[in-house]
Amino acid sequence: MSSGPRFDMDYFLELAIGGLTRGSIYALIALGYTMVYGIIELINFAHGEIYMIGAFTALIVASVLTMNGMTGVSVLILASVVAVLYAAAYGFTVEKIAYKPLRQAPRLSPLISAIGMSIFLQNYVLIAQTSDFLPFPNLLPVLPFMEPYSHIMGSTELIIVLTTALATAALTFFIKFTKLGKAMRATAQDRHMAMLVGVNVNRVISNTFIVGSALAAIGGVLIASHIGRINFSIGFITGIKAFTAAVLGGIGSIPGAVLGGLVLGWTESFATGYVSSDYEDVFAFCLLVLILIFRPAGILGRSSVQKV
Amino acid sequence: MAMLELRNVETFYGNIMALKGINLSINEGEIITLIGANGAGKSTTLMTICGIVPPRRGEILFLGKPIHRVEPHEIVALGVSQVPEGRRIFPLLTVTENLAMGAFLRNDGGEIARDIEYIFSLFPILKERRHQPGGTLSGGEQQMLAISRALMARPRLLLLDEPSLGLAPLIFQLIFRIIPKINRENGTTILLVEQNANMALKIAHRGYVLENGRITLEGAAESLLNNEEVKRAYLGL
Ligand SMILES: Nc1ncnc2c1ncn2[C@@H]1O[C@H](COP(=O)(O)OP(=O)(O)O)[C@@H](O)[C@H]1O
Ligand SMILES: [Mg+2]
Repeated sequence: MSSGPRFDMDYFLELAIGGLTRGSIYALIALGYTMVYGIIELINFAHGEIYMIGAFTALIVASVLTMNGMTGVSVLILASVVAVLYAAAYGFTVEKIAYKPLRQAPRLSPLISAIGMSIFLQNYVLIAQTSDFLPFPNLLPVLPFMEPYSHIMGSTELIIVLTTALATAALTFFIKFTKLGKAMRATAQDRHMAMLVGVNVNRVISNTFIVGSALAAIGGVLIASHIGRINFSIGFITGIKAFTAAVLGGIGSIPGAVLGGLVLGWTESFATGYVSSDYEDVFAFCLLVLILIFRPAGILGRSSVQKV
Repeated sequence: MAMLELRNVETFYGNIMALKGINLSINEGEIITLIGANGAGKSTTLMTICGIVPPRRGEILFLGKPIHRVEPHEIVALGVSQVPEGRRIFPLLTVTENLAMGAFLRNDGGEIARDIEYIFSLFPILKERRHQPGGTLSGGEQQMLAISRALMARPRLLLLDEPSLGLAPLIFQLIFRIIPKINRENGTTILLVEQNANMALKIAHRGYVLENGRITLEGAAESLLNNEEVKRAYLGL
């Protein structure tokens, strides 16, 4: 703990890295909120549950593999791949059954449907698994070269930050240069016009849910490894915080989601480190209220349309 | 066989009936114009043909094939492109990206690049602006881009919704020179919705007059130009 008049640089760095790690996870999940909002202007409240399902899938796969004697990075990779596929399938299905039938309905209807989906998925996992917290093995490898810095940044933190950076870069490339990415941007900017140039908008929407869910599953595996335990409700609070990050950065904006995640992560980390750790979750929501009052479009959001 | 045929087409917005039984037919190679006052249902007709606002009753045939229950992107694939009212440029995509979106369903990369060059020769200003977001273009430039984007699909039938609206005289003339040129050189069939009935009837072969969701007059362009009712209502004579 910092004390006395001297500025404790190590403590500051530790908080900065802690905030960066936390913020990375928020960013990974915020990307899904922001992409879906960009395309269909829906706040997908079930997105946090997709992340939770990703973590559960990874836990199940990792347990089965470990029981069968597998160890090391191959467990991480296999568990992650299955978690990503499984979460993507859930995201795809949720859109098809809960949102697509309401495409022409008033805007409140899909929102209510989203809340319903969120509650349903939590209870489904609660019944199918357990209400207890389950220990989650640290699947992330220990990197020996990080040993000297472990008081500031451990291997886990480094891997989380690097994975997030890589995933964000891949997503940016995908959106900017691939045909599907361009179709997503066009759909976000003018859905009917996208149809008029031949974009299959239903397919674009499905793919947006798939990509967002995959990113959330990656976040799920990383954070579960980091924290070491999961239960059916972890998607709720993390989901709301990632949503806060998306609004903070400017909902609909991809760089905004990343920036919002990092700002939120740092706010929480420094506020709990220097002010008080009793109110950890309060800071996020204070930030959300402030941004909604003073800059409702978010840091990078444009006042009217700035989407994907 | 007509290229496009509408038979008793009725289109609704909720309970409001916007098209009240439209019959219309377009032959391959023609320029047809659809004139009518604001709110008559001209834009709705085009959006109905494209599947964005599908008809509740009636039939639409394109090359003999029913398309009134076909998805919009599949109608584009059949060869129907629209330049919608208000241009609807993708504001955050660059000029080149907007053009590439026009060719979304094509897979012939080399040909697409050549078509973009052709567009740039038609509208050199678009070449100068090619890296700019579409939203930063002037109204006239956006109209050129909107027409070009539609051409990038190499449509057999091109639907144009008030392409001259709000344009400066010079651009206006350019657009009205380009439309017959597209028809002549590419053999593209054109359905032109226009406020400026005089100009439209001068370049069209035939015309339809739409009033309150119904076709009230149709005929050869010259005969409509000389029709007393048309003169009074739409030509300001
Ligand atoms: N999206 C819409 N929702 C409800 N009514 C509409 C919509 N678009 C057009 N209308 C109505 O349908 C009628 C025809 O409109 P429109 O096709 O735009 O006419 P035009 O293009 O000839 O000016 C008008 O009465 C208009 O108010
Ligand atoms: Mg109109």
